[in-house]
Amino acid sequence: MQSPSLTHTFDVQVIRKDFPALFQEVYGKPLVYFDNAATSQKPMQVIERIDAYYRNENANIHRGVHYLSQKATDAYEQTRELVRELIHAEHLHEVIFTRGTTESINLVAQTYGRKFIREGEEILISGMEHHSNIVPWQMLCEATGAVLKVIPIQDNGELDMEAFDQLLTPKTKLVSVVYISNSLGTINPVAEMIEKAHAVGAKVMIDAAQAVPHMAVDVQALDCDFLAFSAHKMLGPTGVGILYGKEELLNAMPPWQGGGEMIKVVRFEKTTYNELPHKFEAGTPHISGGIALGTAIQYINKIGYEAIGAQEAALLEYGHKALAQIPDIRFVGTAAKKASVISFLIGDIHPYDAGTILDRMGIAIRTGHHCTMPIMERFGIPGTMRASFAFYNTFEEIDRMVEAIERARKMFA
Amino acid sequence: MPESILDTEAQIIEEFSMFDDWMDKYQYIIDMGNDLNGVDASAKTEENIVHGCQSQVWLTASVDDGHIFYQADSDAIITKGLIAMLIRVLSGHSPDEVIAARLDFVDAIGIREHLSPTRSNGLVSMIKQMKNYAVAFKAKAG
Repeated sequence: MQSPSLTHTFDVQVIRKDFPALFQEVYGKPLVYFDNAATSQKPMQVIERIDAYYRNENANIHRGVHYLSQKATDAYEQTRELVRELIHAEHLHEVIFTRGTTESINLVAQTYGRKFIREGEEILISGMEHHSNIVPWQMLCEATGAVLKVIPIQDNGELDMEAFDQLLTPKTKLVSVVYISNSLGTINPVAEMIEKAHAVGAKVMIDAAQAVPHMAVDVQALDCDFLAFSAHKMLGPTGVGILYGKEELLNAMPPWQGGGEMIKVVRFEKTTYNELPHKFEAGTPHISGGIALGTAIQYINKIGYEAIGAQEAALLEYGHKALAQIPDIRFVGTAAKKASVISFLIGDIHPYDAGTILDRMGIAIRTGHHCTMPIMERFGIPGTMRASFAFYNTFEEIDRMVEAIERARKMFA
Repeated sequence: MPESILDTEAQIIEEFSMFDDWMDKYQYIIDMGNDLNGVDASAKTEENIVHGCQSQVWLTASVDDGHIFYQADSDAIITKGLIAMLIRVLSGHSPDEVIAARLDFVDAIGIREHLSPTRSNGLVSMIKQMKNYAVAFKAKAG
């Protein structure tokens, strides 16, 4: 197949050299890594930054007067600034370090939710949410008597926006939606949704775990109230995530976890809490991970979202065309605006069966429900095969996946 | 009287030794999956589901004259092939024999990677469930 011509100057082979994990064989075959929506691979710069921290800078942060502690604190806080710039937050203290998107969402549910959402009031999510943007709200509803409402998905994998308009009422206190679906690849019209939600007085949380790795996200332009994402999907380490929140809301929210770092004065009679962002950052954080997230952001900045977006769009287009030639293929999620995620089924072959055979041919794709069981129920399927591309993937790798699928088809014929 | 569990295991090991390519091994597992009778729709109930599998697996067992007979099904063929092998090895034996079976053949035929408890095909869950039936039948008979 003809590769689409790329409009940017981008040498993928040079980029790939930064990612050591891509250069290995599995079962004697060169690895094709198409599970980027689950987690991205890490460039050497990030890996070496973690190593350098433990070799040269290891110290606890925000508390020591000594040289090492200051050095580690500076490096860690530099990442906060890099995150602020990346998502264009107004204030540095609107950037809270967490363990990941899941913890960020739970933090909002357990603090903002418990303080401001009452019995009978409504929380609106969508039918394409990851379990991590469903269960924390169900737990909140159980605790408060609030009601969870769900925006349905259309057959093409887009949200039913007419239904959204109807579900959005003055009773709606919070809308929490995914920016880009990890299972379907759909890019949701979140700017429009935020505006409409604000018009009825609801706050909006955006799960941007699949967005920030692939496209520029501007929290002020979006005017979202909260936004969450994870380092590990954007070239950084696991165990680190970000919660962005508007200053006014974060100040009004009670702290969540108690401990060191988040306090100003501790007395047995009464403890006063620290200022933002530390109010929400109890305990020693994942220091090396936080610092290395900064390196990951610098790496993304160096390549640029424009080049990343162009390469991934080309991979998506090529992947769709190449896969479409397979007889009996069924794409799940064909939204007009999509990120580089392709979910599909081949005839009546169970995704698990196909995934097992592809694995033996060195192709790492995801099979199953992708932590979005309600989507699978909506489409009446046990799961899908999902190929998710990153900018370091190639057209040749897509060709290898298609060949492997053809071979698997014959085995199950 | 069926041959011993160890004899059947040895047979399966021999069958697999004829394949030098992993693809042929998987094809053989797929064929066994296709050949397994499965269970009636009425047996595909929540209580017969073996949890811990990425695909749906249903397992039932009955006892006849002190011997256990298993029936199983799955919506994924490789999973069905794996459980077909387990049924071939364990069905028709006494609860004590099933409980004592070490099932070393799984290792010997080179599908060891399926044994890790975190693997989504749930081979470990299936074995555990089959042994649970044996323990239950033994308790009932005892």
